[in-house]
Amino acid sequence: MSLNLRELSQRTQGLAPGHRACAGCGFPVVVRLLFAVARRPLVVVNATGCMEVVTTLYPYSAWPVPYLHSAFENAAATASGVEAAVKALRRRGQLDTHPKVVAIGGDGGTYDIGLQSLSGALERGHDFLYVCYNNEAYMNTGIQRSSATPRGARTTTSPVGRVQRGKPQPRKDLTEIVAAHGVPYAAQASISHWADLARKLEKGLAVVGPAFVNVLTPCQPGWDYPPERLVEVARLAVESRYWPLYEVEEGRTRITYLPREPVPVRAFLEAQGRFRHLLTDEEAVAEIQRWVDVHWERLRNKAGTGQ
Amino acid sequence: MTAPRRMGLTGNEAVALAWKQLRPHVVAAYPITPATQIVERFSEYVAQGEVDTEFVPAESEHSALSACVGAAAAGARVLTATASQGLALMHEVLYIASGLRLPIVMNVANRALSAPINIHGDHSDTMGSRDAGWVQIYARNVQDAYDRTLLAVWVAERARLPVMVCLDGFTLTHSLEPVEVYPDEAVREFVGEAPPDGYTLLGGEPITVGPLALPDSYMEFRRALAAAMERVPRVLEEGVRAFRQQFGRKLPALVEARGTEDADVALVIMGSYADSAEQAALRGRVRGQRAGLVRVVTFRPFPAAALRETLAGARDVVVLERADTLSGLGGPLGVEVRAALYGLPQAPRVTDVIFGLGGRELRDAELDALLQGELPGGVVYLGVEGAHVLEPA
Repeated sequence: MSLNLRELSQRTQGLAPGHRACAGCGFPVVVRLLFAVARRPLVVVNATGCMEVVTTLYPYSAWPVPYLHSAFENAAATASGVEAAVKALRRRGQLDTHPKVVAIGGDGGTYDIGLQSLSGALERGHDFLYVCYNNEAYMNTGIQRSSATPRGARTTTSPVGRVQRGKPQPRKDLTEIVAAHGVPYAAQASISHWADLARKLEKGLAVVGPAFVNVLTPCQPGWDYPPERLVEVARLAVESRYWPLYEVEEGRTRITYLPREPVPVRAFLEAQGRFRHLLTDEEAVAEIQRWVDVHWERLRNKAGTGQ
Repeated sequence: MTAPRRMGLTGNEAVALAWKQLRPHVVAAYPITPATQIVERFSEYVAQGEVDTEFVPAESEHSALSACVGAAAAGARVLTATASQGLALMHEVLYIASGLRLPIVMNVANRALSAPINIHGDHSDTMGSRDAGWVQIYARNVQDAYDRTLLAVWVAERARLPVMVCLDGFTLTHSLEPVEVYPDEAVREFVGEAPPDGYTLLGGEPITVGPLALPDSYMEFRRALAAAMERVPRVLEEGVRAFRQQFGRKLPALVEARGTEDADVALVIMGSYADSAEQAALRGRVRGQRAGLVRVVTFRPFPAAALRETLAGARDVVVLERADTLSGLGGPLGVEVRAALYGLPQAPRVTDVIFGLGGRELRDAELDALLQGELPGGVVYLGVEGAHVLEPA
């Protein structure tokens, strides 16, 4: 499973050019890597959201594989059906290929409105990979808070006002919630660490049964950074341990990337406009740093000595 | 043709048996009263290895129908069942199933909607889905529920539209009736393999299903869907012909009329209470009243032409229905019967009678009193304390 960049670039089919993702958007990286590591034909089921909107404007499609969009909250349930059909058709000798079903949704469609259908599909044990492209808010509808939005972030429904300064609550830990289902594979990744991400997608595709990869994919308008700093912002999230890279395989937690010299979370916050109001508030920044430290420690304990 | 076997089955058991004979690739469902036994019984067939269906026990009705959408888009033959709140929860996905032109067949055990919560029969649930782009067929008895479920698959796969086969909660779902069950091979022969469709996810081409269609194209999609629905009566007629050829049973496709040729008073009804209504019409005949009955079998698409033809000569039309639009115009069937008759020279006077909500029984005496009295026109709520009559706005 060793990948080098050259090999990867040759294998990348990618999304067809002309899709309408913003400059500096993170999710095309995820899809391109997914295609690059896939060794089986894929069928993609996509939740309503930015990805669906910018890649399937009729009569165009950017998808080089069979693709189905149904609704916002049901990507995992819809994928369940596709997977069930694959099984039944193969059993009766009506399908020669063995495609892998991949469901893709944003954090809105995954953490929030789609959590029930995701949980159901995980529990039923369907053979599919769910990829969450997590940009930490409802970006498609214009940057509203989600349960993936971190504490303090400014969104249009957690605005900065006189009595409230961005989102009051911390984000919820969906990767752990998924892992708690006892699925064969759950992982957290970032578009900044492409080899790590590619490996996780590859593992998720290879596993028989439900797999989940939660990928941090910054959103230029939502996070407010210069488009060319996409990868850098994502990297700061990892290097600050704000977004740890780890995987839970058959119940065993392993940190897959250990920042050698972790940068203070302030560096991550400073790289984006959505935290601008916090930067003069030392206590607020310290509070976020404490949250990061506590969660990192918790993860370290879970991972034990094996990182 | 092997002879059918006579069995005592409840409506739910008959549907489950039809499912087994139809041998769907995928069933995705969530239990709800009074449809639960369909899914229970079918699970047993799967557990016993009597059918090789991939059964997806979804965690909600919304997910159940979503899984059906995925499976049908992948080219599978797909069945599901629900009722009431479950159908309401599916509402969003109903439109997606029809918009994507997926031939999903769903049995609905008709049940009242909350609030107040009530598990008994009426048509509020499916009437709430009447404009979702699904063909809607209402069964008269258990045999009919069984027959129509088989027919629905034939129709869905040729019309490329989803079909609901509705059977009244408890009065059909839980009533044991003698049913003529056809041999498995005859059912297989009747439905055969689905006609080829080049637009499945697993067909080998990288097709995109469910794209974003903006104002420059959306309306064409919707018009095409309406056109597909307009073709359904023809498909249904072909379907009942094929059904008769296969099983020897003649099924009415759109409406079933009894004694309407010379009727002064024509009753119009859907579902299992057609028996009560037919008996009331016959009692009317005995009294010297020229009464007849029209059962609306297919509610979507609405059989307006057939109703105009059957009802044109009547002086009075009495619509008997188990749902309300809460619009001040009465029930949905009444509204649409009025619309169908509008513009006829000497159009019959329509009295829209809403009865049996939440499983309230319809008594023969009530029907007789209604037919013997002066028909008021407008809207009547039958059997309600303080029953009143409204004039349509």
